[in-house]
Amino acid sequence: MTLAIIIAYTAIVLVIGLFSHRFFLGTSEDYFVAARTLGPFILLVSLFGANMTAFALLGSSGEAYMEGIGVFALMASSSALVIPVVFFFIGTRIWALGKRRGYLTPVQFFRERWGSDGLGLLLFVVQIGLLIPYLLIGVMGGGTTLTQVTDGQVPDWVGGALICAVVLAYVTYGGMRGTIWVNVFQTMVLLGLGFIAFWVIVGKLGGLQAAMARVAAAHPDMLVRGEHIKPLQLLTYTFIPLSVGMFPHMFIHWLTAKDAASFRPTLAFYPLCIAVVWVPSVVLGVLARADFPDLGAGAANSILVKMIGRNAPGVLAGLLAAGVFAAIMNSFDSQVHSVGTMFTQDIVRHYGFHDRMSERTQILVGRLFIVAILIATYLLSRVTSRSIFKLGVWCFTGFAALFPVVVAAVFWKRSTKWGAVASTASTIGLWVYFVVHGWKDPDYTLAGTGIMPVAVILLVSTAAMILGSLLTRPPDAATLAKFFPRDAA
Amino acid sequence: MRKHTRSWLLYAALAGLYLLHNDLWLWNDPALVLGLPVGLAYHVAFCVATAVVLTLLVIYAWPDDLEVPDAEARREGRR
Repeated sequence: MTLAIIIAYTAIVLVIGLFSHRFFLGTSEDYFVAARTLGPFILLVSLFGANMTAFALLGSSGEAYMEGIGVFALMASSSALVIPVVFFFIGTRIWALGKRRGYLTPVQFFRERWGSDGLGLLLFVVQIGLLIPYLLIGVMGGGTTLTQVTDGQVPDWVGGALICAVVLAYVTYGGMRGTIWVNVFQTMVLLGLGFIAFWVIVGKLGGLQAAMARVAAAHPDMLVRGEHIKPLQLLTYTFIPLSVGMFPHMFIHWLTAKDAASFRPTLAFYPLCIAVVWVPSVVLGVLARADFPDLGAGAANSILVKMIGRNAPGVLAGLLAAGVFAAIMNSFDSQVHSVGTMFTQDIVRHYGFHDRMSERTQILVGRLFIVAILIATYLLSRVTSRSIFKLGVWCFTGFAALFPVVVAAVFWKRSTKWGAVASTASTIGLWVYFVVHGWKDPDYTLAGTGIMPVAVILLVSTAAMILGSLLTRPPDAATLAKFFPRDAA
Repeated sequence: MRKHTRSWLLYAALAGLYLLHNDLWLWNDPALVLGLPVGLAYHVAFCVATAVVLTLLVIYAWPDDLEVPDAEARREGRR
């Protein structure tokens, strides 16, 4: 049954992705940013979907199983506030600059903003470097999870290959439009699935009150923050969602909006979407403590699979598999598309063709890169150590620590390329330092105080941006007129 | 009330939400509210409150200079 639902789900995804090609305009702008035509609803759903990984479904319930209800405050409600605020202050302005100047990638924007090819190349390397672990984690985690939900019927190498093949088909053929159409469908699946799983399982457990009472009796520490999370950890974890400001795939998604007004519903409804996906996952993770009391951290990551297997096997297990697929592909396709777009625009077109490249060639190169990236990701996923999963958490820290770069680019006229270089360099140095020091401890905080490393790196990166800019020559008036036209007028 | 004032009031409300996210007073409270532990119910309510403030923000404090007419985009030279 589970396998049949996965096959049916995959077929639906492929049909949607391939059908989107009928609306393809044949331009590079259409292939890379859907011709900047997305209206409010599609923008909300696709931005939300692109930012939700399988962690929101499986990792969150696993974390809640280990750490209790505090996971929601730590990872979900903080994002519900910070991410839409970043969209409001940064995303809308990036969209406006992108439309005015025709940008397709973040590197194009930063390169032109500070008039520096070198800085563009540095940010290209850092952004791609931080994104690669995500691509690998998507394929590896997806394969493993599909093996679990199908009870071993689908080996992990087949699951990983299936994810890559499906994404390859609709992203290569449909470009950004195919990616977004599929994202919309998959996000609806994701939103609906959490609610259905919650409803069915809690019903089987005798209702929410009764199920919580069982947990309260056996594991009361699960229902409070207590010693699981430190207050300073809650405070400094709010810096992690700033990473959306520097994620290349989110940046490129912002550029797809039809107009600035399309962002309005995204801002208003994003917090509610977060709650709809995360509340069921966190509650089910906490409730699982009563049924599966002594799992280790590794086994806890499949706690949702175990809960469904015990309380609602059959169709729901199949739907869960579809939901896992949805969560993985939703972010994976956007990331693959963004890496393909960046290689095409920032390397081949800029350095190989001096920004003069026909529309047809851009689309062809974009497609070739997407195919190459997917094949390379799959092959790497077969030989990479599973310890790369630990690196995934740190990548958020890296992107978040680069946030001062985009803030300065958008708001600070006095900022210079040297400020951006100093900020990026300090992020790289401190990121490597903290990864080395925190590698063995998944709950690493500064001297055990609860202060997340991101707080320190962000502080230093901000100081480097300010000092680096103030100590170097201000940008010229012509550049400022391009990026701050109202002030120039 | 002028738009400028409304905008700053709403920015202050966002800052207030940021402070309210740190609910130290519920840290060890095991009470249940509507079947959920109060520490979780509070943060669900926090998400709803955030949605309300953001809705007010997009209605009353939306920047005037964001829209880019197609003609203006073409004039500045597309890539």
